[in-house]
Amino acid sequence: MNATAAEVARPAAPEAAPVLLGHHTDGSITDRITGIVLQRGRGAGFWLAIGISGAATVLFVVAIAWLFARGVGIWGINQPVSWGFAITNYVWWVAIGNSGTFISAFLLLLRQRWRTSINRFAEAMTIFAVAMAGLMPILHLGRPWFFYWLAPYPNAMNVWPQWRSPLVWDFFAIATYLIVSILFWYMGLLPDLATMRDAARRRGRQLAYGLAALGWRGDARHWHHYRSAYLLLGGVAAPLVISVHSVVAFEFSFANLPGWHSAIYAPYFIAGALFSGLAMALTITIPLRAIFGLHDFITARHLANIAKLMLACGWIITYTYVIELFTAFYGGDRYEIHTALARMGGDYAWIYWTVVACNVLVPQLIWWRAVRASPLALFAISILVNVGMWLERMMIILTGLYQDFLPSSWGNFTPTFWDWAILAGSLGAFALLFILFIRFVPALSMTELRRLNRDITQAGS
Amino acid sequence: MSGYGLLAEFDSPDALLAAVRAAREAGYRQLEAFAPFAVEGLDEALQLPRSRVPLLALLGGIAGAGGGFFLQWYSAVVDFPINSGGRPLDSWPAFVPAMVELGILGASLAAFAGMLLLNGLPRLRHPVFEAAPFARASRDRFFLCIRGADPRFDAQRTHAWLQQRAALSITVLPAEAP
Amino acid sequence: MLDLPPLIQRRDFLRLMSAALALASGGCVRRPAARIVPYAQTPSGLTPGEPQFYATALTQGGYAHGVLVRSDDGRPTKIEGNPAHPASLGATGPIEQGRILELWNPARSHAPLQQGLATTWQSFTSMLAARLAGLQSRGGAGLYLLTGATSSPTLRRQWQRIAQRYPAARWHVHEAVDRDAVRAGAMRAFGAALEPVYRFHRARIVAALDADFLAAMPGAVRHARDFARARSPEQAGARMNRLYAAECMPSVTGAAADHRLPLRTAEILELAQRLEARLAGNAADGGPPWFDALLADLAAHRGESLVVAGEAQPAEMHELACRINARLGNIGRTVDFIAPPPVAGESLAALVEAMRGGTVDTLLVLGANPAYDAPADLEFSAALGSVPLSVHCGLYVDETARLCHWHLPAAHELESWSDARAFDGTACIQQPLIAPLYGGYAVHEVLALLSGEHDATAHGLVQATWRETFGNDFETSWQQALQAGVIAGSASSAVKVALRAAAPAVARTVPRDAHDLELNFRPDPCIWDGRYADIPWLQELPRPLTQLTWDNAALLAPELAVEFDLHNEDVVELWVADRRIEAPVWIVNGHAPRAVTLYLGFGRRHAGDVGSGRGVDPYALRTSGAPWFTAGLGLRSTGTRVPLATVQHHHRMEEREPVRSGTLSRFLAQPDFAREAADRAPPPTLYPDFPYEGHAWGMTIDLAACIGCNACTIACQAENNIPTVGKDEVLRGREMHWIRVDRYEAAPQETGPHTDFQPVPCMQCEHAPCEVVCPVEASVHDAEGINVQVYNRCVGTRFCSNNCPYKVRRFNFLQYARDAPGLDAQRNPEVTVRNRGVMEKCNYCLQRIVRGRIAADRDNRRIADGEVVTACQAVCPTQAIVFGDLNDPASRVRANRELPRNYALLGELDTRPRTTYLAKITHPREPDDAA
Repeated sequence: MNATAAEVARPAAPEAAPVLLGHHTDGSITDRITGIVLQRGRGAGFWLAIGISGAATVLFVVAIAWLFARGVGIWGINQPVSWGFAITNYVWWVAIGNSGTFISAFLLLLRQRWRTSINRFAEAMTIFAVAMAGLMPILHLGRPWFFYWLAPYPNAMNVWPQWRSPLVWDFFAIATYLIVSILFWYMGLLPDLATMRDAARRRGRQLAYGLAALGWRGDARHWHHYRSAYLLLGGVAAPLVISVHSVVAFEFSFANLPGWHSAIYAPYFIAGALFSGLAMALTITIPLRAIFGLHDFITARHLANIAKLMLACGWIITYTYVIELFTAFYGGDRYEIHTALARMGGDYAWIYWTVVACNVLVPQLIWWRAVRASPLALFAISILVNVGMWLERMMIILTGLYQDFLPSSWGNFTPTFWDWAILAGSLGAFALLFILFIRFVPALSMTELRRLNRDITQAGS
Repeated sequence: MSGYGLLAEFDSPDALLAAVRAAREAGYRQLEAFAPFAVEGLDEALQLPRSRVPLLALLGGIAGAGGGFFLQWYSAVVDFPINSGGRPLDSWPAFVPAMVELGILGASLAAFAGMLLLNGLPRLRHPVFEAAPFARASRDRFFLCIRGADPRFDAQRTHAWLQQRAALSITVLPAEAP
Repeated sequence: MLDLPPLIQRRDFLRLMSAALALASGGCVRRPAARIVPYAQTPSGLTPGEPQFYATALTQGGYAHGVLVRSDDGRPTKIEGNPAHPASLGATGPIEQGRILELWNPARSHAPLQQGLATTWQSFTSMLAARLAGLQSRGGAGLYLLTGATSSPTLRRQWQRIAQRYPAARWHVHEAVDRDAVRAGAMRAFGAALEPVYRFHRARIVAALDADFLAAMPGAVRHARDFARARSPEQAGARMNRLYAAECMPSVTGAAADHRLPLRTAEILELAQRLEARLAGNAADGGPPWFDALLADLAAHRGESLVVAGEAQPAEMHELACRINARLGNIGRTVDFIAPPPVAGESLAALVEAMRGGTVDTLLVLGANPAYDAPADLEFSAALGSVPLSVHCGLYVDETARLCHWHLPAAHELESWSDARAFDGTACIQQPLIAPLYGGYAVHEVLALLSGEHDATAHGLVQATWRETFGNDFETSWQQALQAGVIAGSASSAVKVALRAAAPAVARTVPRDAHDLELNFRPDPCIWDGRYADIPWLQELPRPLTQLTWDNAALLAPELAVEFDLHNEDVVELWVADRRIEAPVWIVNGHAPRAVTLYLGFGRRHAGDVGSGRGVDPYALRTSGAPWFTAGLGLRSTGTRVPLATVQHHHRMEEREPVRSGTLSRFLAQPDFAREAADRAPPPTLYPDFPYEGHAWGMTIDLAACIGCNACTIACQAENNIPTVGKDEVLRGREMHWIRVDRYEAAPQETGPHTDFQPVPCMQCEHAPCEVVCPVEASVHDAEGINVQVYNRCVGTRFCSNNCPYKVRRFNFLQYARDAPGLDAQRNPEVTVRNRGVMEKCNYCLQRIVRGRIAADRDNRRIADGEVVTACQAVCPTQAIVFGDLNDPASRVRANRELPRNYALLGELDTRPRTTYLAKITHPREPDDAA
């Protein structure tokens, strides 16, 4: 298109920005990243963050203690709404994990350069999110101390898990997901741990990082096997994340409830997971970038790319919303139709319409270049999408349950203080883990940055 | 008896690559190269064989998936057959999801363990760590080690040869501690 | 927190522990001193662990209901109906089921009290002896006895002896829910105080004029059985009966009616007068269609019709009922008149009069609680203060006990010997199943103190009564009486009646105009007049028409709610003259628009932890002049709200037709009208069916017979150790009933407001959705097709409940099952007590099936049809529930399943339920019905 004055006035497209700013050397990259952990003093901001997230974590512990003491009756769940916040939180958290894997695995396979500086903490985000997610179904059990009965092992009752139950599938999915994510993350970390070992001056740190680095020498043979193994992990993580969110979807679509029993759920949940995951990635990246001054490594291009992916997912979500309604009415099943109407017009209509506002309308702002270029705007959008996606899960669970087949059994759900305490507590614990991660582990992959820097400079020369 | 070998320091991957190629032309075979990141072309220069990590991963995946399916089939059909919702005992489609997850788990564990195994890791003590300059091997320096076990190795001549390669520093590595 | 009884106080605990020790000392068996005789049909001689059944009776308002009480190693645990007893025929209502808990209730009185302080029986007897000595000289003047209504021949005999010793002594009787108007009506009509005995199985046209004969009348259970018999589409066919009901507050009977007319209670009397006049032919035509239809039907069914009037109606109404029945030639066919089983006594009003007059020197209150349930205008409590010596003997230290100088703990009916008569006069012996748990004293033994027989035992006194009747062969007759639970041939014979000339009308409260508001009082369907307020099962049992638990409310029609802009749970102030109370509103479709109804029994001040302070006390507005309904009600919204715990929030079917119903003509034209595609041929499936070679248990529930009385719900609760959860938990929607009775209402039709009931237990689906989603195999199918829940395997994911389309699964969100000393002794030893965090549900009373199987295996044969009976089936007054083996071609359940009326609930989901329903058949008068 020909450049008019208006276009000239427009800010430069953020995705035009390079993936690495400034004239960096391997040394300067190393110093900047290791510095975050080794040199940088702990400012008031750091302690404030620790304080807030720590307090929320304490609330989490208290809520869990009370839960174990009294039973799930302290929540608002009832008959017929016997699933509530716990499962909502679960689906939400596990979905947030999705984007970490997506960024590190998919973009790795797609050889996306801009992945380099964000994959490390995206993966950390995955691990902590999946950890939170893994807790929820256990807390949700009537007898949480027997959660391991879902695992197949020879036991006194001579019983095995009931393999047809999506909950058992889920048990395996989440366990696998957590283990593979940790492997993937730790493996990517190995060379950097070696760097930390060598950069550390204090004995204790040298020892700790040295042990963690497993004696990595940067030997060409190391790199040889390492790269092939890393690529493989990326290769299995991609289908894994798809299967995990499909299984999560089965927990609903496998049931015969109107509003749950739907073939579209698996792709719906995968897209939704990526959507909310990317939103959380923005929510975390933007402040991180500001606090630790990582503008060289995390440029406008990164943020804009994440935002665009989010927009794309937003449209997939929108599509599923529409298709769900279409199938309900086109299918002509009276229960499906009632549930669809109850969603849009029932006692919980406000949830449905908030979801539509947050997940369908808000992301459209990303069409504007100015919005893409503004970290603040993107941060606000990401928060709204996070809220919207949590409410979406609430909407799916609640409206699927509160008015099902027999009108005599219809009943509403009202959360209690303890419902909210668990949600807030898990957020706090997640934040605390993340802060500690940044405090003790190189938050960006130095090896990959060096390599990226090399490629860029070579391309430049 | 010569020690572990001679460790030469270079300031760029290109210099390292050049040195490696030259060393092979000079007939050296027992070479070790160290870099802070995976340098393109280094594998070829050293003529490393194909990695066997993928094979291990494949076996791990097959073991996980196969074992997973057998576990489900055995427990549901043979060991504890029970009428659940009027479904047949061997309702195999329901066994697929867990099987897939276990397959992926097997592959991942095999890949990671295989990588460590083939790299001889973890190994916390190694002669190269004795060399002072090697601390920068994980930062911005590149090293070439010509092993003392190399038939063509000769303490003086190899040292001289390395100096011609414009190495920033050359360190004599002591023999491995028994 | 649960609002269940708080964990027992230390002192109570010690006391109860001592009681428990006493239990333990007898090997957990507290046998009554005198010999009692097991029910004939159980193996003689006690095998430990083998339950035994004893025939006895429970009374209410003086009317006996024969029951068989299950005793596990000496502990009474469950009440069943006595098939040999005319009032029961094997069934019971909800209240009888709850009374096993009354026996064990730790809140019962534990010791004699003097001025509220614990004392001894001896000190009481010596005090009384001295007192009586003083009275003797005056011929007993000043000695007053106040009891609840009783029909005990022994008590009557004892009173005669007392009257001989103290000619001037007086006996007054007080029942908050009395039947005086019925007898007064008969007196006006026939010149004798008689009571009607109805024969519903012979009546093809029944007119219930404010008469809840199916639930709230002596003999109700029997009525329900006879009524259902004459209503079975298969048995009665075209001769199926038709029920007209005119009532103010919808009742179980009104819900069963083919034509229902909501009217203010006062208007129903006018309706009856018009009816009588029209039948007599001396009145102009014209009236509502309902009226004309009834008139035509009555005229067309002389001798096989029946007009029934309710207790709440004045004597005139009952007189009219007598006259109409006589005119229609129904007397001797569908209704007989007998001498009233309860003993007549002087009124409470007369007693209060005497108390005020200062003539009452010594007052003995036996089993009555007038301080709570006396009409407000009598101001009984105030009058009681002026009595020099007042003694109360009752189960609880209740409102009256606290006002009396002395209190004696009374023995429960299951703890002492006595006798009683049923609604038809049939006599039976009440035998104790267990020695008094809390040291109570039999009423007869207390009375014996007055008659001077100090060392007489209740056992001896009752035997003495029957010696003269049984004559020389006493022992065998006595044995037979105890074994059968009835005294053969003791039913009152019908009295020959002749109409007298119409008596002059008496003044009564008539609504001033069409807009005047009327206040009605009705006994609560569960806690009656308040005497059962401390029984949690009954408190938590949904009231049939409101589905409310734990509270009463100002029940009123939607029209009235709109007029005063009221919504459910809004608190209103109600006043009649200068008496006023505040009560939350509950809107009831089909209620008479210009009236408000209050259920009695709530607002108890001293009824133990469970019963005290629940709901509002309607007695504050109830006066002796207008005990049942009064005009001139004032109503005003207070703007405050009180949460009310209902178990069902939605009462429309939403075109889903869980209850499928049709008229008789439709049924005769197309018998399988209720069947849908899924009922004709099961939907196709990829999977082969699971084979069931042995038994294949199944159940059918006949919606044409079900009257929605909720007896099944509470019977199941008693059988399966189902805990109550308390009001707060019910508010959260966590009630635990395994079989619930759903209530649906259709839009009012020309036949009046329409209500359907549907008992919903577990459907035991062959394709059980709950099982496939259980991750730990806690919900699995057994070899006979029962969907069993393995409690100790359940981890509580609640996925099964989500996936159950019938929502019959119940979850222990908290630790509901409490170890309350005393109460836990009632539990069924064959059923696990579930803990927090596990799912539970109906399993067709698996323990009963197992017992049946053991018996069958012993003499290796198949379990016979009808040998295993589920708790809900056993108790059902109308035999709507049939359980049995679907593989047995001769079984009743199989036959029912093959009826064209049979259909599966939500069958289109292909869950293959083992529990199916028989469509409801109504019989409204069609335009072309012959007049």
